Amino acid sequence: MPVFEYAPAPESRAVVDIAPSYGLFIDGEFAGAGDGKVFKTLSPSSEEVLSEVAQAGAEDVDRAVKAARKAFGTWSALPGSERAKYLFRIARIIQERSRELAVLESLDNGKPIRESRDADLPLVAAHFFYYAGWADKLAYAVRGRSALNGTSGADPRPLGVAGQVIPWNFPLLMLAWKIAPALATGNTVVLKPAETTPLSALFFADICRQAGLPKGVVNIVTGDGSTGAELVGHPGIDKVAFTGSTEVGKAIARTVAGTRKKVTLELGGKAANIVFDDAPVDQAVEGIIGGIFFNQGHVCCAGSRLLVQESVQDELLDALKRRMGTLRVGDPLDKNTDIGAINSAEQLARIRSLADAGEAEGAERWAPACELPSSGYWFAPTLFTGVTQAHRIAREEIFGPVLSVLTFRTPEEAVAKANNTPYGLSAGIWTEKGSRILWMANKLRAGVVWSNTFNKFDPASPFGGYKESGYGREGGRHGLEAYLDV
Amino acid sequence: MSERLSVLKTYKLFVGGKFPRSESGRVYEVTDAKGKWLANAPLASRKDARDAVVAARKAFGGWSGATAYNRGQILYRVAEMLEGRRGQFVAEVAEAEGLSKSKAGLQVDTAIDRWVWYAGWSDKVAQIAGAANPVAGPYFNLSTPEPTGVVAVLAPQESSFLGLVSVIAPAIVTGNTAVVVAGERAPLPALSLGEVLATSDLPGGVVNVLSGRTAEIAAPLASHQDVNAIDLAGADPELATELERAAAENLKRVLRPQPVDWTAAPDTARLLTFLETKTVWHPTGA
Repeated sequence: MPVFEYAPAPESRAVVDIAPSYGLFIDGEFAGAGDGKVFKTLSPSSEEVLSEVAQAGAEDVDRAVKAARKAFGTWSALPGSERAKYLFRIARIIQERSRELAVLESLDNGKPIRESRDADLPLVAAHFFYYAGWADKLAYAVRGRSALNGTSGADPRPLGVAGQVIPWNFPLLMLAWKIAPALATGNTVVLKPAETTPLSALFFADICRQAGLPKGVVNIVTGDGSTGAELVGHPGIDKVAFTGSTEVGKAIARTVAGTRKKVTLELGGKAANIVFDDAPVDQAVEGIIGGIFFNQGHVCCAGSRLLVQESVQDELLDALKRRMGTLRVGDPLDKNTDIGAINSAEQLARIRSLADAGEAEGAERWAPACELPSSGYWFAPTLFTGVTQAHRIAREEIFGPVLSVLTFRTPEEAVAKANNTPYGLSAGIWTEKGSRILWMANKLRAGVVWSNTFNKFDPASPFGGYKESGYGREGGRHGLEAYLDV
Repeated sequence: MSERLSVLKTYKLFVGGKFPRSESGRVYEVTDAKGKWLANAPLASRKDARDAVVAARKAFGGWSGATAYNRGQILYRVAEMLEGRRGQFVAEVAEAEGLSKSKAGLQVDTAIDRWVWYAGWSDKVAQIAGAANPVAGPYFNLSTPEPTGVVAVLAPQESSFLGLVSVIAPAIVTGNTAVVVAGERAPLPALSLGEVLATSDLPGGVVNVLSGRTAEIAAPLASHQDVNAIDLAGADPELATELERAAAENLKRVLRPQPVDWTAAPDTARLLTFLETKTVWHPTGA
């Protein structure tokens, strides 16, 4: 196959103006942390310091919760049609500023501009549009429940103040998943972005200002895990929404035990992407590549376990390796880049350690020849064959561009292997046989099943896991229930 | 003529479709509301709880895989069997709760009617809890509810039969299997319900009934790695908090205890609590 050379095609970062420092966004104002603590946020592709942001402590979190509480009365009493218009405004402003936000996201997170521009930002705007339209239709949102508290026809009530903690893999998209349904249903929020990717949430605060959102409805507190723990444990919140690791999710579930806080958790995954011998190989290969290398594999629903039917293993792996050889790893702002930077040194160390464990446990490691930049955090797309179900790389979430390949002979064996995990977030099926797709989809214990496709998202489509991948759904009509008193 | 001496029933656990004694060999005295001896009920152990989970897990595949119509038919059959044993349940509830025959009768009638109400949900719940999702792309996208798995159910302490039925039926009608901890002080209606379930075509293991100390049996259920959800209806606030914390270890779905008027018609909340939403995507194209 001929190798094409690409000229660099960098997106200009002139469209984004990052301030040297940011405070916390509480009650409509930016202000430093009470104790003056700050931390730096880096660009993972260059290790350049992008800005300094405030590290919120207990008192700051308390202030934010009180601001959200104060705003709740007025916000929840607004007619749904008025709340809707604020959300429509936000959606429009996001569309207007999407180039700026895409570049910002790629700088702070390390993801390729092609993904932040074509996936993250359009989905962020779409999410606000989708939930904006629900705000004045809540009486229709929860089907199958009789009149609440005996009052026929009443709209379901919001919960109050939502404490929301989001991860670093899709910073602005996860913010949208949290804030859009919360505001549509009449809740107010205190949101904590991830420590390594705080900037897009702080830019979102500016969007709230432009939209004229009443102060205190959205509050942003930046910080590390301790800030998140303060927020989740704060007695003044009524709802916890968390996306992140299963380990932290369990700690949150323990923290809220015995309280009245309603909780939704979107946690880890170890999805099986199952390829049968009748699947169209080229399509399946594209699906496998997108499934594991999209966003550097920093995706909770990533197809990190490839289950391939034994009879087509060789053919499929040849095609897969050929395709992996064409992936371009490098500058996130280059429009040709397929795989950007690993988000942090810490995450890079974790990926390395699990990949090393894969080798040490006897799996065979392969990666295409691939030149990595000299500064920043990078990991080449990697494939392991000869993986058994006992291997750590088949059991633990790697959250990086590392694919573990296992084989099966029968559909029953594929199901058994796919379900042999404490997680249950997503799964993929590749076959031309319709009845088999439906049979498999029925047997797989996972919240999202992609058949003959993978890693598709839409605001109208509920997302969330079985078992230790968490509980509750985000997206669609189902996503409203998490924020309503039902 | 002397009065005929009645034949007393030995109350036993109901696990995997069988009626074992507690493996511990322990029993405890059950009395009526005035303290008169009624029976020696099995005092189930942690091991009994684990055995019940194994039975419930084993039954899950078949029960969740049965057609909704079939599950509805079987639950309706349970109601038929309950009706036939109405007199027995009225007597047990009257003794257990210190109610008059007529008040106990109302409890039992309401329970049977409630069982019928839930039976009918089997092939309707997917139509109210599911959704066809209009995604912005060439994809078919459908969300359907599925049973969560094995559900531990702590039956309410204050309502020995109506409350019991009101927590079991919504859990199993959607395809979950259950390990039920009977009310501690008044377990006899629950143990008798096991006898009804055993003769209603309900596959063994779909419902398992344990009697004993709620706190002792609930602890291993809350921390069990193969239990997917727990209904804490029968736990006091302190125990509920402790169990919810233990349940976090494998992220069980937890239904916290709340004040419920068991005589009032329920909504679908309990039915929808032990469901997972699965969303399936497929491309469209000629």
